[in-house]
Amino acid sequence: MFGYIVRRVLATIPVMVVVAVFVFALLHLSPGDPAAIIAGDNATSADIARIRAKLGLDEPLLVQFGGWVWHLLHGDLGISIFTNLPVSALIVQRIGPTVSLTISTLLVSIVAAIPIGVLAAWKAGTWIDRSVMIFAVVGFSVPIFVLAYILIYALAIATNLLPVQGYVPPQDGLGPFLSHLVMPSLALGMTFTALIARITRASMLDVLAQDYIRTAHAKGLSNERVLLRHALKNAAVPIATIIGIGVALLIGGVVVTETVFAIPGLGRLTVDAILRRDYPIIQGIILIFSAAYVVVNLLVDLSYAILDPRIRY
Amino acid sequence: MAVIPGDLELVAAPPKQRGAVATYVRRHPTVVAGGGLLAAMLAIAVFAPFLGTIDPTALSPAHRLRWPSAEYWFGSDMLGRDIYSRTIYGARVSLSVGFSVAALATALGLVIGLVTGFNRWVDAIVMRIMDGLMSIPAVLIAIALMALTRASLQNVIFAITVAEVPRVTRLVRSIVLTLREQPFVEAAIASGTTHIRTMWRHIVPNTLATLLVQGTYICASAMITEAILSFIGAGTPPTIPSWGNIMAEGRAVFLVAYYIVLFPGVFLSLTVLAINLLGDGLRDALDPRLARRL
Repeated sequence: MFGYIVRRVLATIPVMVVVAVFVFALLHLSPGDPAAIIAGDNATSADIARIRAKLGLDEPLLVQFGGWVWHLLHGDLGISIFTNLPVSALIVQRIGPTVSLTISTLLVSIVAAIPIGVLAAWKAGTWIDRSVMIFAVVGFSVPIFVLAYILIYALAIATNLLPVQGYVPPQDGLGPFLSHLVMPSLALGMTFTALIARITRASMLDVLAQDYIRTAHAKGLSNERVLLRHALKNAAVPIATIIGIGVALLIGGVVVTETVFAIPGLGRLTVDAILRRDYPIIQGIILIFSAAYVVVNLLVDLSYAILDPRIRY
Repeated sequence: MAVIPGDLELVAAPPKQRGAVATYVRRHPTVVAGGGLLAAMLAIAVFAPFLGTIDPTALSPAHRLRWPSAEYWFGSDMLGRDIYSRTIYGARVSLSVGFSVAALATALGLVIGLVTGFNRWVDAIVMRIMDGLMSIPAVLIAIALMALTRASLQNVIFAITVAEVPRVTRLVRSIVLTLREQPFVEAAIASGTTHIRTMWRHIVPNTLATLLVQGTYICASAMITEAILSFIGAGTPPTIPSWGNIMAEGRAVFLVAYYIVLFPGVFLSLTVLAINLLGDGLRDALDPRLARRL
């Protein structure tokens, strides 16, 4: 088991190396002079030269890459072109709202999706099952910002139940903190919820067809006990897998959700950086998000052994 | 019993045909609903100039922010442009991005997947690269590429394609690796068929059904990604009316004129829903084993 954990952790290194090379290469793969593109259309040649020197673009490629990786390993993600602040400091400043949003979305989605999926599988073929499937297809098709605006109109403008937008840090009061997170979490989590509900249903249907489920029923166990103790436990591995993969959807969606709800997090930082072509920030954010995604999927892989004791490494 | 053959034919033939259509609709409601909706959207995109639209970029400062009415069916935006015309023309952008990305990503993924499935060395290298790329959320790859290139429709298509290719490659490779163990492929290789010919005659035809289904999902996800890119200002240039662009422009005035965001949003959701339904239906039709489960 310990050997497996070590091997699995080490396996993330080549993945992150590819991510780092991709992020580094982005600047050099682009057609034309990256310094000129970053500087924009109205830049003077002095501006372009300044940006080129700042990004180290005037040095040999291997030297640039070596230096960049060296700084990276020391937690230095470079300097923002527009604000002149270290990218790592900007990311630390903005990471709180994004982490709150992502975690609350994960919780809301998982807590909603698994019971829905279990219910659909239990009542397979009935109208309950059909409505869940319709919900899964429709929920997966509605883009985040469309749902976000429907929610804003229904819950904030028309009824005044929730604040329209913005973010309140938890230290300024738990109530306002949570009420500002409700709509963003629902909007961001819809696709994710639909996906998990669908996989939960499929996985549960597989398990419910097994002999031991019939045995459990035959020895007189209650439905709840069969569903939760015998079926859901055995259906857990595919559900955990899809939660891990689906985190990519969440990360992509964070950028949009934070824009719609004016949440000052990493997504908002990304959008501002795009508009200003502040490339070091974009590079840093891609690295951070990808690392988070890799770590989440590492944890999912390691959780298999807990979810299913038959899995031994 | 004496039955005149002529009568039987006359009476029996027409209902049988109607029954066949009805049966098909009953058995594949999602394919029919999705396909019909998608066909309608395609028709809207193709016939946009004939659907009572005006120039979608025409400014009319005297008619700013008009609510939906007989004159402006979907209202007008803060520059007085007709939202109805912009939404109808926007279908062209969304659908061409969706279809182009689906075609390009599946074609590229097919070629790379075939090569990696047949060559151990290339496989070892390419799949490590694909693993790395797959750990970057697709929207972020597209954002990164768009931030470095000038906004244009071609660049949007290119950026989203790059983001989608790794998944197709993995899928094709897994099919190729399974097929390579099949007796008919072993027989082809043993009898001296060249790799190219084996791929073309024995492997490619067996990947097409899966790729068709995958292509529909890529099409739907590419349309959403295009809208996201345009919405955050990193996508289709603002001069071209795309659904994401219209919604981005409506964002600032949402509180006073939510219809600007509403109509393109509804069109986008319906189109994505149509393609997803079609994809689910195709998957069920092409892979009956999966049909009852998912």
